[in-house]
Amino acid sequence: MKRIIDGLKSKLAKTKNGFVAKIAETIKLRTKIDQDLLDDIEDILLEADIGVDVCSFIIEKLSDKIRLNRIQDPSRVMILLKEIIDNILDSDHDELFNAEIYSPYVMFFVGVNGVGKTTTIGKLAHQYVQQGKKVMMIAADTFRAAAIEQLSIWSQRSGAIIQKHQSGADPSAVIFDGLTSAINKKIDIVMIDTAGRLHNKVNLMNELAKMKRTIKKVIPSAPHKSILVIDSSTGQNAIIQAKIFDSITDIDCIALTKLDGTAKGGIVIGIKHELGIPVELIGLGEKIEDLQYFNSTDYIEALFE
Amino acid sequence: MLNDLTVRMEAIVKKLRGEGKLSEENIKESLREIRRALLEADVNFKIVKSFINNVQNKAIGSEVLKSLTPGQQLVKVVHNELISLMGDKLLSLNLPHNRINKIMLVGLQGSGKTTFCAKLANFYRKKGNKPVLTACDVHRPAAVDQLKTLGKQLDLPVIHHPSNKVSKIATESIQYAEKNLNDLIIFDTAGRMHIDQEMMQEVLLLKEQVKPDYILFVADAMSGQDAVNVAHEFNIQLEFDGVVLTKLDGDARGGAALSIKAVTNKPVIFAGIGEKINDIEEFHPDRMASRILGMGDILSLIEKAEASVDEEQALKISKRLKKNLFTLNDFYDQLQQLKKMGPLDQIIKMMPGMESKMLKNVDISGNETNEIEAIISSMTYNEKEKPEIINGSRRKRIASGSGTSIQSVNKVLKQYDHMKSMIKKMNKGMKPGKMKFMGK
Repeated sequence: MKRIIDGLKSKLAKTKNGFVAKIAETIKLRTKIDQDLLDDIEDILLEADIGVDVCSFIIEKLSDKIRLNRIQDPSRVMILLKEIIDNILDSDHDELFNAEIYSPYVMFFVGVNGVGKTTTIGKLAHQYVQQGKKVMMIAADTFRAAAIEQLSIWSQRSGAIIQKHQSGADPSAVIFDGLTSAINKKIDIVMIDTAGRLHNKVNLMNELAKMKRTIKKVIPSAPHKSILVIDSSTGQNAIIQAKIFDSITDIDCIALTKLDGTAKGGIVIGIKHELGIPVELIGLGEKIEDLQYFNSTDYIEALFE
Repeated sequence: MLNDLTVRMEAIVKKLRGEGKLSEENIKESLREIRRALLEADVNFKIVKSFINNVQNKAIGSEVLKSLTPGQQLVKVVHNELISLMGDKLLSLNLPHNRINKIMLVGLQGSGKTTFCAKLANFYRKKGNKPVLTACDVHRPAAVDQLKTLGKQLDLPVIHHPSNKVSKIATESIQYAEKNLNDLIIFDTAGRMHIDQEMMQEVLLLKEQVKPDYILFVADAMSGQDAVNVAHEFNIQLEFDGVVLTKLDGDARGGAALSIKAVTNKPVIFAGIGEKINDIEEFHPDRMASRILGMGDILSLIEKAEASVDEEQALKISKRLKKNLFTLNDFYDQLQQLKKMGPLDQIIKMMPGMESKMLKNVDISGNETNEIEAIISSMTYNEKEKPEIINGSRRKRIASGSGTSIQSVNKVLKQYDHMKSMIKKMNKGMKPGKMKFMGK
């Protein structure tokens, strides 16, 4: 595995006002642990989109630990804070994208509009093709103008084959044809791109449920990985997104995109805390190699550098 | 989540009832809830802080209006403050026909620029402008295709160039507009990170080249705390003129709108409210204020109720509702009261503790109420009190009496049935006191 942390660090280093730097600063400024310090830490957590509820939870835990361990030295607060967040984010997820067990291994990408589903698929497909896997993309976003063209370009770039219908076709029909052909062609990994949809649109969510039923019809064990793609600049709404998408397609993990900006995607801490859904992929840019596997320790370590 | 908030707020409103003045003491808890509401709406935490301070200063000592409880009064102060922060006027662009107006859309990746280009073009075409779309997003795969497809749907010209040189495309589009007498060019640009110097330079060059009349910053309504950094940076570098808030048809509360306004002092001008070409709206700051607060519905309900509900009537109805006594007469009375307040389905949605999924089978829009009224008026008193006696021949009579059809009569009876079963469910699920807003 590549040194995830290096890439992440260099990308995150772009921001002068990293949330960890601020915590460090805050802690340095204070000589003792008091309510003011905790309030300041809460502000910093809030700024990273961690959310009110989880913030309260973290601060409460932190106060407990400080009290129990009779900690007086503010510099130790950081270590405790790291531990708490790590405990939330940590998950013993199954060996990531283990494509050996199932063939084809079916990945189902869902999310609201404009989060980077197609781009994530393109980048991930590239990695698999590099590993010598036979990869197929299914263009089930038949709704957005030129979505199929966009995926086609990624298929050329990555060397994956693509299954597509006309724009406006029934997405379930594309999926049916794609999976059937994937079986015949002995494809290792199938990635299904779906149209972005807001989770509060009942009809579109029903359409998604239908796609999932279609997948199961062709390959009963599939989808083997349902991936919710979340833009790291998303605020508190991401929790509701995760909740509703999870209720429709049983989300296995999150791909957190656009981490190359100044947003930290702290909302994933809230999602993990509330729904237990882990992050497994992070997107760090628009280039084909800008995708990495997520590791909670590395992520926090990078944040806290 | 939204419902939780309304319920919490309601509890506080109740607690504050009967106090004559707002004081630091009695609004403390309310302010904490409001802080929370704003944070959950993704308003930047720094803005929340100063906002809460402002509200506190304005609220303390203010007399409570006769018609309001102190809790409601506080909500009003908050709401007014929010509106004044958002700018209370509706703003629009000035695009005279005697020149080539140029609008440039900029923003992060995935905020919805390309889709919005098409919506904007269509919006102004309806106002008599003659727009051209210009595909300056040469980075995202198939972005040009996307704009071309949208242009085709609208039957509008889309300027692009195989060289993929932004400056070349811009020059061509201006030449095209001059030749074809177009008075509006809309430039779609690639999504970019505000900290990506190279990409920011590209859009800056485009700005210098075409000298747009308006630069609109396109922001996603779901944006979180970082929206302030992004907007600030885009504004520093490009000095945009206004903001477009997209994906407002989602259920995000859109606190980013407030943050962006606060940090750039540029007004939000348009809202994207769906994936179809017509899903564009001029932005109403007051509505947004309610939405951010997450209890806007309650607010308008308070206002509407104040304006229209006859207290005695309401009390009577709410008593009957609690006893599950709900006849067509009550249905009719309700209709009369609610008609003053607006479409029934919306009113019901405003009620705390009601969920929209309970409304699935109840479809009572404003236009339909007249027909319903006519039908119920054509029934005898007995029929209204005991709707179960309405048989086939009675239905026929009612239909001809009201000038409608038997189908319509059936539909009304069905709606009434749904309403009744809903109220039963509601009564079961509700602890006493929760109906306050209906029959206060």
